[in-house]
Amino acid sequence: MPQPSSRLSAGLGLRPQHFDAARDCGADGLWFEVHPENYMVDGGPRLGWLEAVRARHPLSLHGVAMSLAADAAPDGEHLRRFKALVDRFEPALISEHLAWSTWRGTYHPDLLPFPRTRDALARIAANVGRAQDALKRRIAIENPSHYLRFDGHELGEIEFLAELARRTGCGLLLDVNNVYVSARNLGTDPAAYIDAFPAGCVDEIHLAGHSADPNLGEALLIDSHDAPVAPAVWTLYERLVARTGPRPTLVERDDNLPEFSALFAERERAQRTLGALERRAA
Amino acid sequence: MNLVATDPAPSRLGTFQQQFAQALVAAAPPVDGDASLAELFAQPGFAVYRNTVHKGCIDALQANYPAVTRLVGEEWIRAAAAEFARLHRPASPMLLEYGAQFAAFLEGFAPAAELPYLAGVARLDRFWTEAHGARDELPLEPARVAALTQAELEFTRLRPHASARWAWFHEMPIFTLWSRNRHAEGAHDDIEWRGEGALVVRPFDSVSPVPLGRADVVFLDACAAGGTLADAAVAALAAEAEADLAQSMARLLSAGAFAYCDTERT
Repeated sequence: MPQPSSRLSAGLGLRPQHFDAARDCGADGLWFEVHPENYMVDGGPRLGWLEAVRARHPLSLHGVAMSLAADAAPDGEHLRRFKALVDRFEPALISEHLAWSTWRGTYHPDLLPFPRTRDALARIAANVGRAQDALKRRIAIENPSHYLRFDGHELGEIEFLAELARRTGCGLLLDVNNVYVSARNLGTDPAAYIDAFPAGCVDEIHLAGHSADPNLGEALLIDSHDAPVAPAVWTLYERLVARTGPRPTLVERDDNLPEFSALFAERERAQRTLGALERRAA
Repeated sequence: MNLVATDPAPSRLGTFQQQFAQALVAAAPPVDGDASLAELFAQPGFAVYRNTVHKGCIDALQANYPAVTRLVGEEWIRAAAAEFARLHRPASPMLLEYGAQFAAFLEGFAPAAELPYLAGVARLDRFWTEAHGARDELPLEPARVAALTQAELEFTRLRPHASARWAWFHEMPIFTLWSRNRHAEGAHDDIEWRGEGALVVRPFDSVSPVPLGRADVVFLDACAAGGTLADAAVAALAAEAEADLAQSMARLLSAGAFAYCDTERT
Protein backbone atom coordinates (compact mmCIF):
# COMPACT_ATOMS: atom_id res chain seq x y z
CA MET A 1 0.00 0.00 0.00
CA PRO A 2 1.34 3.47 -0.78
CA GLN A 3 2.56 5.28 2.32
CA PRO A 4 1.24 8.74 3.15
CA SER A 5 3.22 11.73 2.13
CA SER A 6 6.00 12.72 4.51
CA ARG A 7 6.06 16.28 3.14
CA LEU A 8 2.90 17.39 4.94
CA SER A 9 3.40 19.66 7.90
CA ALA A 10 0.46 21.48 9.54
CA GLY A 11 -2.96 21.59 7.88
CA LEU A 12 -6.47 22.87 8.46
CA GLY A 13 -9.97 21.44 8.31
CA LEU A 14 -11.65 23.05 5.30
CA ARG A 15 -15.15 24.52 5.54
CA PRO A 16 -17.08 25.89 2.54
CA GLN A 17 -17.15 29.38 4.15
CA HIS A 18 -13.35 29.49 3.86
CA PHE A 19 -12.92 28.14 0.33
CA ASP A 20 -11.60 31.34 -1.23
CA ALA A 21 -9.19 32.15 1.59
CA ALA A 22 -7.99 28.55 1.68
CA ARG A 23 -7.41 28.37 -2.06
CA ASP A 24 -5.48 31.64 -2.08
CA CYS A 25 -3.34 31.01 1.01
CA GLY A 26 0.22 30.35 -0.12
CA ALA A 27 1.72 29.24 3.20
CA ASP A 28 4.49 26.70 2.89
CA GLY A 29 3.41 23.10 3.53
CA LEU A 30 -0.24 23.99 4.11
CA TRP A 31 -2.75 21.21 3.42
CA PHE A 32 -6.47 20.80 3.92
CA GLU A 33 -8.76 18.07 5.18
CA VAL A 34 -12.43 17.52 4.29
CA HIS A 35 -15.18 15.05 5.15
CA PRO A 36 -15.70 13.10 1.90
CA GLU A 37 -19.40 12.60 2.72
CA ASN A 38 -19.92 16.30 1.90
CA TYR A 39 -18.56 15.76 -1.62
CA MET A 40 -20.36 12.56 -2.58
CA VAL A 41 -22.44 14.33 -5.22
CA ASP A 42 -22.73 13.58 -8.93
CA GLY A 43 -21.50 17.00 -10.06
CA GLY A 44 -21.78 20.72 -9.49
CA PRO A 45 -19.80 23.57 -7.96
CA ARG A 46 -19.05 21.78 -4.67
CA LEU A 47 -16.63 19.49 -6.50
CA GLY A 48 -15.35 22.45 -8.50
CA TRP A 49 -14.49 24.36 -5.31
CA LEU A 50 -12.60 21.40 -3.91
CA GLU A 51 -10.76 20.95 -7.19
CA ALA A 52 -9.65 24.58 -7.08
CA VAL A 53 -8.25 24.12 -3.55
CA ARG A 54 -6.68 20.79 -4.49
CA ALA A 55 -4.94 22.41 -7.48
CA ARG A 56 -2.82 24.39 -5.01
CA HIS A 57 -2.70 22.30 -1.82
CA PRO A 58 -2.44 18.66 -0.75
CA LEU A 59 -5.72 17.21 0.49
CA SER A 60 -6.74 14.70 3.14
CA LEU A 61 -10.04 12.78 3.09
CA HIS A 62 -11.28 12.18 6.64
CA GLY A 63 -14.32 9.92 6.58
CA VAL A 64 -16.91 9.97 9.34
CA ALA A 65 -19.33 7.35 8.07
CA MET A 66 -17.70 4.08 7.04
CA SER A 67 -19.02 2.67 10.30
CA LEU A 68 -16.02 0.36 10.56
CA ALA A 69 -16.85 -0.71 14.13
CA ALA A 70 -20.30 -1.97 13.13
CA ASP A 71 -20.92 -5.70 13.11
CA ALA A 72 -21.52 -5.47 9.37
CA ALA A 73 -19.36 -4.95 6.31
CA PRO A 74 -18.94 -1.31 5.19
CA ASP A 75 -21.58 -0.28 2.67
CA GLY A 76 -20.41 -1.09 -0.87
CA GLU A 77 -22.01 1.95 -2.46
CA HIS A 78 -20.40 4.21 0.15
CA LEU A 79 -16.98 2.69 -0.57
CA ARG A 80 -17.55 3.12 -4.31
CA ARG A 81 -18.32 6.82 -3.87
CA PHE A 82 -15.33 7.21 -1.54
CA LYS A 83 -13.08 5.56 -4.13
CA ALA A 84 -14.35 7.92 -6.83
CA LEU A 85 -13.21 10.86 -4.66
CA VAL A 86 -9.84 9.21 -4.04
CA ASP A 87 -9.37 8.80 -7.80
CA ARG A 88 -10.45 12.37 -8.53
CA PHE A 89 -8.57 14.23 -5.78
CA GLU A 90 -5.59 11.92 -5.13
CA PRO A 91 -5.48 12.72 -1.40
CA ALA A 92 -2.19 12.60 0.45
CA LEU A 93 -3.94 11.06 3.47
CA ILE A 94 -7.11 9.05 4.06
CA SER A 95 -8.54 8.41 7.50
CA GLU A 96 -11.56 7.04 9.34
CA HIS A 97 -12.71 6.41 12.90
CA LEU A 98 -12.71 3.56 15.38
CA ALA A 99 -16.47 3.90 15.71
CA TRP A 100 -19.78 2.99 14.13
CA SER A 101 -22.62 5.14 12.84
CA THR A 102 -24.72 3.07 10.44
CA TRP A 103 -26.71 0.14 11.71
CA ARG A 104 -29.35 -1.78 9.75
CA GLY A 105 -30.09 0.92 7.21
CA THR A 106 -30.13 3.88 9.60
CA TYR A 107 -27.35 6.44 9.77
CA HIS A 108 -26.81 7.95 13.22
CA PRO A 109 -24.80 11.15 12.71
CA ASP A 110 -22.22 10.53 15.44
CA LEU A 111 -19.19 8.36 16.19
CA LEU A 112 -20.60 5.65 18.45
CA PRO A 113 -18.73 3.47 20.97
CA PHE A 114 -18.54 -0.31 21.44
CA PRO A 115 -17.00 -2.81 23.88
CA ARG A 116 -13.43 -3.58 22.78
CA THR A 117 -13.67 -7.37 22.73
CA ARG A 118 -11.49 -9.79 20.77
CA ASP A 119 -14.51 -10.60 18.58
CA ALA A 120 -14.96 -6.90 17.84
CA LEU A 121 -11.27 -6.64 16.92
CA ALA A 122 -11.62 -9.49 14.41
CA ARG A 123 -14.70 -7.91 12.84
CA ILE A 124 -13.19 -4.40 12.68
CA ALA A 125 -9.92 -5.71 11.24
CA ALA A 126 -11.95 -7.40 8.48
CA ASN A 127 -13.82 -4.14 7.86
CA VAL A 128 -10.64 -2.05 7.71
CA GLY A 129 -9.12 -4.59 5.34
CA ARG A 130 -12.19 -4.40 3.12
CA ALA A 131 -12.06 -0.59 3.08
CA GLN A 132 -8.36 -0.54 2.22
CA ASP A 133 -8.91 -3.08 -0.55
CA ALA A 134 -11.78 -1.04 -2.00
CA LEU A 135 -9.84 2.24 -1.90
CA LYS A 136 -6.52 0.60 -2.83
CA ARG A 137 -4.91 2.79 -0.18
CA ARG A 138 -3.76 2.56 3.39
CA ILE A 139 -6.09 4.41 5.75
CA ALA A 140 -5.39 5.79 9.22
CA ILE A 141 -7.82 4.95 12.04
CA GLU A 142 -8.59 7.59 14.68
CA ASN A 143 -8.94 7.06 18.43
CA PRO A 144 -12.43 8.15 19.59
CA SER A 145 -13.64 10.49 22.32
CA HIS A 146 -15.25 8.68 25.24
CA TYR A 147 -18.23 9.67 27.34
CA LEU A 148 -19.16 6.28 28.83
CA ARG A 149 -17.51 3.85 31.24
CA PHE A 150 -17.81 0.32 29.83
CA ASP A 151 -17.59 -2.90 31.84
CA GLY A 152 -17.20 -5.06 28.77
CA HIS A 153 -13.79 -4.07 27.40
CA GLU A 154 -11.37 -6.97 27.01
CA LEU A 155 -8.59 -4.86 25.50
CA GLY A 156 -7.18 -1.42 26.25
CA GLU A 157 -7.63 1.12 23.47
CA ILE A 158 -3.94 1.39 22.61
CA GLU A 159 -3.57 -2.39 22.60
CA PHE A 160 -6.65 -2.62 20.37
CA LEU A 161 -5.43 0.02 17.89
CA ALA A 162 -1.90 -1.39 17.75
CA GLU A 163 -3.24 -4.85 17.01
CA LEU A 164 -5.60 -3.44 14.37
CA ALA A 165 -2.63 -1.76 12.68
CA ARG A 166 -0.56 -4.95 12.89
CA ARG A 167 -3.29 -7.12 11.37
CA THR A 168 -4.39 -4.78 8.56
CA GLY A 169 -1.38 -2.59 7.82
CA CYS A 170 -3.53 0.46 8.51
CA GLY A 171 -2.05 3.60 10.01
CA LEU A 172 -3.30 5.42 13.09
CA LEU A 173 -4.57 8.94 13.47
CA LEU A 174 -3.93 10.20 16.99
CA ASP A 175 -6.43 12.87 17.99
CA VAL A 176 -4.85 14.58 20.98
CA ASN A 177 -8.03 16.41 21.92
CA ASN A 178 -9.91 13.09 22.00
CA VAL A 179 -7.21 11.71 24.31
CA TYR A 180 -7.63 14.69 26.64
CA VAL A 181 -11.46 14.67 26.60
CA SER A 182 -11.60 10.91 27.16
CA ALA A 183 -9.05 10.97 29.97
CA ARG A 184 -10.92 13.76 31.75
CA ASN A 185 -14.27 12.00 31.34
CA LEU A 186 -13.01 8.57 32.40
CA GLY A 187 -10.51 9.69 35.05
CA THR A 188 -7.38 8.39 33.33
CA ASP A 189 -3.99 9.99 32.63
CA PRO A 190 -3.78 11.60 29.17
CA ALA A 191 0.02 11.92 29.27
CA ALA A 192 0.37 8.19 29.95
CA TYR A 193 -1.82 7.49 26.91
CA ILE A 194 0.27 9.81 24.73
CA ASP A 195 3.49 8.18 25.97
CA ALA A 196 2.23 4.64 25.30
CA PHE A 197 0.80 5.23 21.83
CA PRO A 198 2.67 3.31 19.10
CA ALA A 199 4.65 6.13 17.52
CA GLY A 200 5.61 4.18 14.42
CA CYS A 201 1.97 3.85 13.33
CA VAL A 202 1.04 7.54 13.58
CA ASP A 203 0.26 8.83 10.08
CA GLU A 204 -1.52 11.95 11.26
CA ILE A 205 -2.30 13.99 14.39
CA HIS A 206 -5.50 15.92 15.07
CA LEU A 207 -5.91 18.96 17.30
CA ALA A 208 -9.29 20.50 18.09
CA GLY A 209 -11.23 22.40 20.72
CA HIS A 210 -13.68 21.00 23.25
CA SER A 211 -16.31 22.42 25.57
CA ALA A 212 -17.84 21.65 28.93
CA ASP A 213 -21.26 19.97 29.03
CA PRO A 214 -23.96 22.65 29.41
CA ASN A 215 -25.50 20.81 32.38
CA LEU A 216 -22.62 18.99 34.04
CA GLY A 217 -19.87 21.50 33.35
CA GLU A 218 -16.24 20.42 33.57
CA ALA A 219 -17.25 16.96 34.86
CA LEU A 220 -18.19 16.04 31.28
CA LEU A 221 -16.16 17.43 28.39
CA ILE A 222 -17.59 17.32 24.86
CA ASP A 223 -15.44 16.93 21.74
CA SER A 224 -17.35 19.79 20.14
CA HIS A 225 -14.81 21.25 17.67
CA ASP A 226 -16.35 24.66 18.36
CA ALA A 227 -13.49 26.40 20.17
CA PRO A 228 -9.74 26.99 19.84
CA VAL A 229 -7.38 24.15 20.81
CA ALA A 230 -7.06 24.18 24.62
CA PRO A 231 -3.68 24.90 26.32
CA ALA A 232 -3.60 21.43 27.91
CA VAL A 233 -4.04 19.85 24.46
CA TRP A 234 -1.16 21.92 23.04
CA THR A 235 1.03 20.70 25.91
CA LEU A 236 0.13 17.07 25.17
CA TYR A 237 0.78 17.66 21.47
CA GLU A 238 4.25 19.04 22.13
CA ARG A 239 4.95 16.05 24.38
CA LEU A 240 3.78 13.70 21.61
CA VAL A 241 5.80 15.11 18.71
CA ALA A 242 8.91 15.40 20.88
CA ARG A 243 8.75 11.59 20.90
CA THR A 244 7.38 10.77 17.42
CA GLY A 245 9.13 13.53 15.49
CA PRO A 246 7.22 15.71 13.03
CA ARG A 247 3.95 14.24 11.76
CA PRO A 248 1.21 15.77 9.60
CA THR A 249 -0.87 17.76 12.09
CA LEU A 250 -4.38 19.05 11.51
CA VAL A 251 -6.29 21.77 13.35
CA GLU A 252 -10.01 20.90 13.14
CA ARG A 253 -12.90 23.29 13.57
CA ASP A 254 -16.49 22.41 12.63
CA ASP A 255 -18.71 24.74 14.60
CA ASN A 256 -18.73 28.36 15.84
CA LEU A 257 -16.48 29.07 12.89
CA PRO A 258 -14.14 32.10 13.16
CA GLU A 259 -12.42 33.94 10.32
CA PHE A 260 -9.92 31.93 8.30
CA SER A 261 -7.09 34.06 9.77
CA ALA A 262 -7.93 32.91 13.33
CA LEU A 263 -7.76 29.24 12.33
CA PHE A 264 -4.61 29.90 10.36
CA ALA A 265 -2.98 31.38 13.48
CA GLU A 266 -3.63 28.08 15.31
CA ARG A 267 -2.21 26.20 12.36
CA GLU A 268 0.89 28.41 12.50
CA ARG A 269 1.49 27.38 16.11
CA ALA A 270 1.56 23.71 15.09
CA GLN A 271 3.71 24.61 12.10
CA ARG A 272 6.28 26.33 14.34
CA THR A 273 6.42 23.28 16.62
CA LEU A 274 7.00 20.97 13.65
CA GLY A 275 9.53 23.36 12.12
CA ALA A 276 11.58 23.47 15.34
CA LEU A 277 11.67 19.66 15.44
CA GLU A 278 12.81 19.51 11.84
CA ARG A 279 15.59 22.04 12.42
CA ARG A 280 16.75 20.08 15.44
CA ALA A 281 16.85 16.86 13.40
CA ALA A 282 18.70 18.51 10.50
CA MET B 1 -36.77 -31.64 11.50
CA ASN B 2 -36.79 -27.92 11.12
CA LEU B 3 -36.13 -27.04 7.49
CA VAL B 4 -36.66 -23.33 7.89
CA ALA B 5 -33.39 -21.43 7.57
CA THR B 6 -32.58 -19.37 10.61
CA ASP B 7 -30.18 -16.48 10.91
CA PRO B 8 -26.92 -17.27 12.66
CA ALA B 9 -26.94 -16.29 16.31
CA PRO B 10 -26.25 -12.55 16.51
CA SER B 11 -22.78 -11.67 17.72
CA ARG B 12 -22.22 -9.82 20.96
CA LEU B 13 -21.14 -6.76 18.96
CA GLY B 14 -24.28 -6.88 16.81
CA THR B 15 -26.53 -7.34 19.82
CA PHE B 16 -24.87 -4.40 21.54
CA GLN B 17 -25.30 -2.20 18.47
CA GLN B 18 -28.95 -3.11 18.05
CA GLN B 19 -29.72 -2.15 21.65
CA PHE B 20 -27.55 0.95 21.60
CA ALA B 21 -29.18 2.17 18.36
CA GLN B 22 -32.65 1.63 19.82
CA ALA B 23 -31.74 3.47 23.00
CA LEU B 24 -30.34 6.39 20.97
CA VAL B 25 -33.66 7.14 19.32
CA ALA B 26 -36.10 5.97 22.00
CA ALA B 27 -38.21 8.61 23.74
CA ALA B 28 -36.17 7.82 26.86
CA PRO B 29 -33.29 5.36 27.28
CA PRO B 30 -34.61 1.94 28.39
CA VAL B 31 -34.07 1.05 32.04
CA ASP B 32 -35.05 -2.64 31.88
CA GLY B 33 -33.44 -5.48 29.93
CA ASP B 34 -29.70 -6.19 30.05
CA ALA B 35 -28.45 -4.82 33.37
CA SER B 36 -25.02 -3.73 32.09
CA LEU B 37 -26.60 -1.87 29.18
CA ALA B 38 -29.21 -0.24 31.41
CA GLU B 39 -26.31 0.94 33.58
CA LEU B 40 -24.57 2.30 30.46
CA PHE B 41 -27.66 4.18 29.28
CA ALA B 42 -28.12 5.66 32.75
CA GLN B 43 -24.71 7.36 32.66
CA PRO B 44 -24.79 11.11 31.95
CA GLY B 45 -22.45 10.57 29.00
CA PHE B 46 -25.09 8.60 27.12
CA ALA B 47 -27.02 11.84 26.62
CA VAL B 48 -24.04 13.21 24.67
CA TYR B 49 -24.64 10.58 21.97
CA ARG B 50 -28.40 11.07 22.01
CA ASN B 51 -28.02 14.84 21.72
CA THR B 52 -25.38 14.68 18.98
CA VAL B 53 -27.48 12.33 16.84
CA HIS B 54 -30.60 14.44 17.39
CA LYS B 55 -28.80 17.72 16.68
CA GLY B 56 -27.09 16.27 13.60
CA CYS B 57 -30.45 15.43 12.01
CA ILE B 58 -32.03 18.79 12.89
CA ASP B 59 -29.00 20.84 11.76
CA ALA B 60 -28.97 19.02 8.42
CA LEU B 61 -32.68 19.64 7.78
CA GLN B 62 -32.41 23.29 8.73
CA ALA B 63 -29.40 23.71 6.41
CA ASN B 64 -31.21 21.93 3.55
CA TYR B 65 -34.38 24.08 3.85
CA PRO B 66 -33.22 27.72 4.10
CA ALA B 67 -36.30 29.34 2.53
CA VAL B 68 -38.61 27.38 4.84
CA THR B 69 -36.42 28.42 7.77
CA ARG B 70 -36.63 32.09 6.84
CA LEU B 71 -40.43 31.90 6.51
CA VAL B 72 -41.15 30.16 9.81
CA GLY B 73 -38.13 31.05 11.94
CA GLU B 74 -35.47 28.90 13.55
CA GLU B 75 -37.50 27.72 16.54
CA TRP B 76 -40.38 26.54 14.37
CA ILE B 77 -38.25 24.68 11.82
CA ARG B 78 -36.19 22.98 14.53
CA ALA B 79 -39.37 21.74 16.21
CA ALA B 80 -40.72 20.50 12.86
CA ALA B 81 -37.35 18.93 12.02
CA ALA B 82 -37.29 17.11 15.37
CA GLU B 83 -40.67 15.57 14.61
CA PHE B 84 -39.61 14.71 11.06
CA ALA B 85 -36.39 13.10 12.31
CA ARG B 86 -38.37 11.00 14.78
CA LEU B 87 -40.35 9.57 11.84
CA HIS B 88 -37.61 9.49 9.19
CA ARG B 89 -34.09 8.75 10.37
CA PRO B 90 -31.31 9.38 7.82
CA ALA B 91 -30.73 6.33 5.65
CA SER B 92 -27.45 7.67 4.26
CA PRO B 93 -24.44 9.54 5.68
CA MET B 94 -24.79 12.08 2.88
CA LEU B 95 -26.79 14.51 4.99
CA LEU B 96 -26.88 16.96 2.06
CA GLU B 97 -29.55 14.65 0.74
CA TYR B 98 -31.42 14.18 4.01
CA GLY B 99 -35.07 15.22 4.06
CA ALA B 100 -36.38 14.02 0.68
CA GLN B 101 -39.79 13.51 2.34
CA PHE B 102 -39.80 16.82 4.24
CA ALA B 103 -42.23 18.62 1.87
CA ALA B 104 -44.68 15.72 2.02
CA PHE B 105 -44.29 15.64 5.81
CA LEU B 106 -45.13 19.36 6.06
CA GLU B 107 -48.36 18.79 4.10
CA GLY B 108 -49.63 16.62 6.92
CA PHE B 109 -47.95 18.44 9.82
CA ALA B 110 -50.72 19.99 11.93
CA PRO B 111 -48.80 23.16 12.98
CA ALA B 112 -48.28 23.91 9.25
CA ALA B 113 -52.01 23.78 8.45
CA GLU B 114 -52.24 27.59 8.46
CA LEU B 115 -49.23 27.86 6.12
CA PRO B 116 -50.54 26.07 3.00
CA TYR B 117 -47.62 27.35 0.90
CA LEU B 118 -44.93 25.86 3.15
CA ALA B 119 -44.79 22.41 1.51
CA GLY B 120 -44.41 24.05 -1.92
CA VAL B 121 -41.57 26.24 -0.67
CA ALA B 122 -39.93 23.12 0.79
CA ARG B 123 -40.20 21.39 -2.59
CA LEU B 124 -38.29 24.24 -4.22
CA ASP B 125 -35.59 24.15 -1.51
CA ARG B 126 -35.27 20.46 -2.31
CA PHE B 127 -35.13 21.16 -6.05
CA TRP B 128 -32.25 23.56 -5.37
CA THR B 129 -30.30 20.86 -3.45
CA GLU B 130 -30.87 18.31 -6.22
CA ALA B 131 -29.93 20.73 -9.00
CA HIS B 132 -26.81 21.87 -7.13
CA GLY B 133 -25.35 18.35 -6.86
CA ALA B 134 -26.68 16.90 -10.12
CA ARG B 135 -24.48 15.43 -12.83
CA ASP B 136 -22.70 18.11 -14.91
CA GLU B 137 -24.01 18.47 -18.43
CA LEU B 138 -23.78 21.17 -21.10
CA PRO B 139 -27.13 22.79 -21.82
CA LEU B 140 -28.56 22.72 -25.33
CA GLU B 141 -27.61 25.85 -27.31
CA PRO B 142 -30.74 27.77 -28.37
CA ALA B 143 -29.03 28.26 -31.76
CA ARG B 144 -29.08 24.50 -32.29
CA VAL B 145 -32.88 24.50 -32.15
CA ALA B 146 -33.19 27.78 -34.09
CA ALA B 147 -31.34 26.13 -37.00
CA LEU B 148 -33.95 23.38 -37.39
CA THR B 149 -36.52 23.57 -40.19
CA GLN B 150 -40.22 23.69 -39.37
CA ALA B 151 -40.55 20.07 -40.56
CA GLU B 152 -37.66 18.92 -38.33
CA LEU B 153 -39.04 20.78 -35.33
CA GLU B 154 -42.26 18.76 -35.34
CA PHE B 155 -40.40 15.50 -34.76
CA THR B 156 -37.65 16.82 -32.54
CA ARG B 157 -37.42 15.54 -29.00
CA LEU B 158 -35.71 17.65 -26.34
CA ARG B 159 -34.43 15.96 -23.21
CA PRO B 160 -34.45 18.06 -20.03
CA HIS B 161 -31.11 18.91 -18.46
CA ALA B 162 -29.85 16.49 -15.78
CA SER B 163 -30.20 19.18 -13.11
CA ALA B 164 -33.66 20.46 -14.18
CA ARG B 165 -36.51 20.21 -11.64
CA TRP B 166 -39.86 21.86 -12.26
CA ALA B 167 -43.41 21.96 -10.93
CA TRP B 168 -46.69 23.82 -11.23
CA PHE B 169 -48.32 25.15 -8.06
CA HIS B 170 -52.08 25.74 -8.27
CA GLU B 171 -53.39 28.97 -6.82
CA MET B 172 -50.23 29.80 -4.92
CA PRO B 173 -47.28 32.05 -5.87
CA ILE B 174 -44.77 29.50 -4.59
CA PHE B 175 -41.95 30.60 -6.87
CA THR B 176 -42.13 34.22 -5.72
CA LEU B 177 -42.45 33.25 -2.04
CA TRP B 178 -39.57 30.82 -2.29
CA SER B 179 -37.33 33.09 -4.32
CA ARG B 180 -37.72 36.06 -1.97
CA ASN B 181 -37.02 33.95 1.10
CA ARG B 182 -34.23 31.93 -0.44
CA HIS B 183 -32.45 35.15 -1.32
CA ALA B 184 -33.66 37.03 1.75
CA GLU B 185 -35.12 39.94 -0.16
CA GLY B 186 -38.28 42.02 0.10
CA ALA B 187 -41.52 41.83 2.04
CA HIS B 188 -44.53 39.77 1.02
CA ASP B 189 -47.30 42.38 0.91
CA ASP B 190 -47.07 43.02 -2.86
CA ILE B 191 -47.32 39.38 -3.95
CA GLU B 192 -50.15 38.59 -6.32
CA TRP B 193 -51.93 35.46 -5.09
CA ARG B 194 -52.15 33.19 -8.15
CA GLY B 195 -50.74 29.91 -9.42
CA GLU B 196 -47.07 29.82 -10.45
CA GLY B 197 -44.70 27.36 -12.03
CA ALA B 198 -41.02 27.02 -11.23
CA LEU B 199 -37.94 25.66 -12.96
CA VAL B 200 -34.80 25.12 -10.87
CA VAL B 201 -31.85 24.23 -13.06
CA ARG B 202 -28.06 24.45 -13.03
CA PRO B 203 -26.90 24.70 -16.65
CA PHE B 204 -23.36 25.66 -15.59
CA ASP B 205 -21.91 26.43 -12.13
CA SER B 206 -24.84 28.28 -10.56
CA VAL B 207 -28.36 27.17 -9.79
CA SER B 208 -30.64 29.47 -11.80
CA PRO B 209 -34.32 29.34 -10.87
CA VAL B 210 -36.89 30.86 -13.25
CA PRO B 211 -40.66 31.32 -12.95
CA LEU B 212 -42.76 29.38 -15.44
CA GLY B 213 -46.32 29.59 -16.74
CA ARG B 214 -48.76 26.69 -16.81
CA ALA B 215 -48.03 25.96 -20.49
CA ASP B 216 -44.23 25.92 -19.89
CA VAL B 217 -44.59 23.30 -17.18
CA VAL B 218 -46.86 21.08 -19.28
CA PHE B 219 -44.50 21.50 -22.23
CA LEU B 220 -41.53 20.36 -20.10
CA ASP B 221 -43.54 17.44 -18.71
CA ALA B 222 -44.30 16.27 -22.27
CA CYS B 223 -40.64 16.58 -23.32
CA ALA B 224 -39.52 14.65 -20.22
CA ALA B 225 -42.02 11.91 -21.07
CA GLY B 226 -40.28 11.49 -24.44
CA GLY B 227 -42.82 13.35 -26.59
CA THR B 228 -41.93 15.26 -29.76
CA LEU B 229 -42.18 19.04 -29.86
CA ALA B 230 -45.48 18.57 -31.70
CA ASP B 231 -46.76 16.42 -28.80
CA ALA B 232 -45.51 18.93 -26.28
CA ALA B 233 -47.19 21.80 -28.15
CA VAL B 234 -50.54 20.00 -28.23
CA ALA B 235 -50.33 19.27 -24.51
CA ALA B 236 -49.31 22.85 -23.65
CA LEU B 237 -52.15 24.37 -25.69
CA ALA B 238 -54.64 21.97 -24.10
CA ALA B 239 -53.55 23.26 -20.69
CA GLU B 240 -53.49 26.92 -21.67
CA ALA B 241 -55.22 27.69 -24.98
CA GLU B 242 -53.81 31.21 -25.32
CA ALA B 243 -50.20 30.19 -24.55
CA ASP B 244 -47.44 31.64 -26.75
CA LEU B 245 -45.41 28.51 -27.48
CA ALA B 246 -42.60 30.34 -29.26
CA GLN B 247 -42.10 32.33 -26.05
CA SER B 248 -42.28 29.17 -23.94
CA MET B 249 -39.56 27.52 -26.04
CA ALA B 250 -37.38 30.62 -25.92
CA ARG B 251 -37.81 30.91 -22.13
CA LEU B 252 -36.95 27.25 -21.53
CA LEU B 253 -34.01 27.20 -23.94
CA SER B 254 -32.46 30.36 -22.56
CA ALA B 255 -32.85 29.00 -19.00
CA GLY B 256 -30.83 25.93 -20.01
CA ALA B 257 -33.73 23.55 -19.34
CA PHE B 258 -32.66 21.11 -22.05
CA ALA B 259 -29.49 19.17 -22.70
CA TYR B 260 -30.11 17.15 -25.77
CA CYS B 261 -31.87 17.42 -29.06
CA ASP B 262 -32.93 14.39 -31.10
CA THR B 263 -34.20 15.14 -34.60
CA GLU B 264 -34.55 11.50 -35.72
CA ARG B 265 -38.00 10.71 -37.02
CA THR B 266 -39.07 7.45 -35.37
